[in-house]
Amino acid sequence: MLSMSVDSMFVHKMWVDKELSKMVTAKTVPFPMLSDGGGTIGKMYGVYDQDEGVDIRGRFLIDPDGIVQAYEMVAPPVGRNIPETLRQLQAFQLVREGKGTKAAPSGWRPGKTVLEPGPDLVGNVWKVWTVDQAFD
Amino acid sequence: MAEKPAVGCKRPSAKVEKNPEKAQQPETPVTKGEHHMIQIGQKAPDFTAPAYFNNEFTEVKLSDHLGKWVVLCFYPGDFTFV
Repeated sequence: MLSMSVDSMFVHKMWVDKELSKMVTAKTVPFPMLSDGGGTIGKMYGVYDQDEGVDIRGRFLIDPDGIVQAYEMVAPPVGRNIPETLRQLQAFQLVREGKGTKAAPSGWRPGKTVLEPGPDLVGNVWKVWTVDQAFD
Repeated sequence: MAEKPAVGCKRPSAKVEKNPEKAQQPETPVTKGEHHMIQIGQKAPDFTAPAYFNNEFTEVKLSDHLGKWVVLCFYPGDFTFV
């Protein structure tokens, strides 16, 4: 987990000391908080808002080979759903471990039906997966 | 994690790590007012950035995390929610 904003690392420290340390049980933030002064990295990732001078809420899942597998972009006033990030991460890990033999359908969470794509599954998803599984 | 940045009055800044395989690419594929969006299945652009972690000022290089899954999370500013 790496977080990043255009704030300096000094401001990151102030935020941890003054506020975040009071919000998390670990008393500190358990991952590096990166500084993207000028939005150099945000520009490469397409999340830098030049008018506002900030990186908007972009979240990228990068696999162990350094390949981008997913991203999400949200305008600043709305916060993200952290369980959805964890769900996607678990689903991508399952798919990667399956080396192309497994797929995580809509609404998949650990314990729910995993699909095994192939000629036999075409037209037969309804036999192994029901729409209610798309919802919690 | 790489060496610690020198902490002085100068504000440390992030730097783009050049991809040796694509040396002919312009360093920053962004023109003014135009957004370049990342493609799924593309290599995540590498970088080194100053960071605050475990009460220390340090540097983080994305490619040092190869072999692990990485969640890279941008947000508009400290003292806001995520």
